[in-house]
Amino acid sequence: MANETKGNWWIWKVFWILLFITAFEVALGMIKPPFLVDTIFLGTKLLNHVFIILTIIKAAYIILEFMHLGHEKKSLKWTVLLPAMVLVPYLLFIILSEGVHSYLMI
Amino acid sequence: MDEALIKDHKPAWKGGDLPYKASYGKLMMWFFLITDTLTFSAFLASYGFSRFKYQDSWPVPEDVFTHFPFLHGDHPLLFVALMTFILIMSSVTMVLAVNYGHKMQKNKVILWLVLTIIGGSMFLGSQAWEWGHFIHGDKGAVVTNGSSSYKINDSLFVNSNLAHVFKDGKIYSIDNLSEGNHHDSSHSDDIDFDNFISIFASQKDLDLRLSDKTILDHDLAVEYLKERGLRTTKGADLYENEYGHTLFGDYFFFITGFHGFHVFSGVVLLIILLVNVIKDTYAKRGHYEMVEKIGLYWHFVDLVWVFVFTFFYLV
Repeated sequence: MANETKGNWWIWKVFWILLFITAFEVALGMIKPPFLVDTIFLGTKLLNHVFIILTIIKAAYIILEFMHLGHEKKSLKWTVLLPAMVLVPYLLFIILSEGVHSYLMI
Repeated sequence: MDEALIKDHKPAWKGGDLPYKASYGKLMMWFFLITDTLTFSAFLASYGFSRFKYQDSWPVPEDVFTHFPFLHGDHPLLFVALMTFILIMSSVTMVLAVNYGHKMQKNKVILWLVLTIIGGSMFLGSQAWEWGHFIHGDKGAVVTNGSSSYKINDSLFVNSNLAHVFKDGKIYSIDNLSEGNHHDSSHSDDIDFDNFISIFASQKDLDLRLSDKTILDHDLAVEYLKERGLRTTKGADLYENEYGHTLFGDYFFFITGFHGFHVFSGVVLLIILLVNVIKDTYAKRGHYEMVEKIGLYWHFVDLVWVFVFTFFYLV
């Protein structure tokens, strides 16, 4: 395994990245920069888009590094990632647009 | 891929080949995690549906989760940030355990597994604390009557079934508006509502915030309370909560509860794993792959929390 020779430094690197992103998110949530709060994009605040993008970055680090998927065989990587990458956005698109629709129907 | 995992080199058509270069156990863990991903996605998507549908009466997360142990006042986000930190930290100790498992260093595996178990238990304790506060309630709210919009002085207010007492731009505790407020008034029946209104009317600096975030000034608020107010409520259960729409509480209990159950299962698995490591089960087997498999599950639990954190507390 590649990591047997790599030591532990990469684990701590990922840890600091995750910690920094989380701290940044919390800081944004407390400060709430007016520019990000007042700009509405795709039905929600720009701030929420920032949160979601940062969350996906965190998720990528956990899956690819901590769960080691980034170092698995390419076929295994796509077997795991593809169902979620296709089905979850599809589910979200259907359900959230229905949510907005039923809000307008109340 | 550890050679030790391929016990006998059978021909490919008899199962001797590993097309994914991963063992059976690890693959099955991955497949389980894919299904669990879809389960949690469905939960969070339905949360999103309800939030969009009832966006007028959905609470603001910062008004709900404001407490921190041993600290007074409002500290939104701080406690969940700590919980997130604990879980990320336990993920790190888990990777370290897996890493030392590859190197067959039993004592280091034990050390990092113990720390992971401690991290997981701390997270569970924090969640219990969080639930306790959520259930017990904080500032309380007034339950109002009606399902249609309501007009006062020709201005239109959307009826919301719940209103918060507001003072200086902040939610004000209803405990301050009941007589003899030293007793535990967590039961809404304890507060005489007519008395509540008269105390409210006597304090001119109190306003009322409806759950669509419209603020009624004092005089309008008194009128609104007299005509629409039913009773006060405090805390949360599956039928009603002081924070906003009922579904908010239901989703909170269900999604964080389901995640907490995953954490709990993870801690149980880790303890079994630890016992087996101490008993040399994996040393005899020649590899510590079980640490890796449980590790995958543990990281997944962390991964789910990252999303729960975003969608329940930040967004």
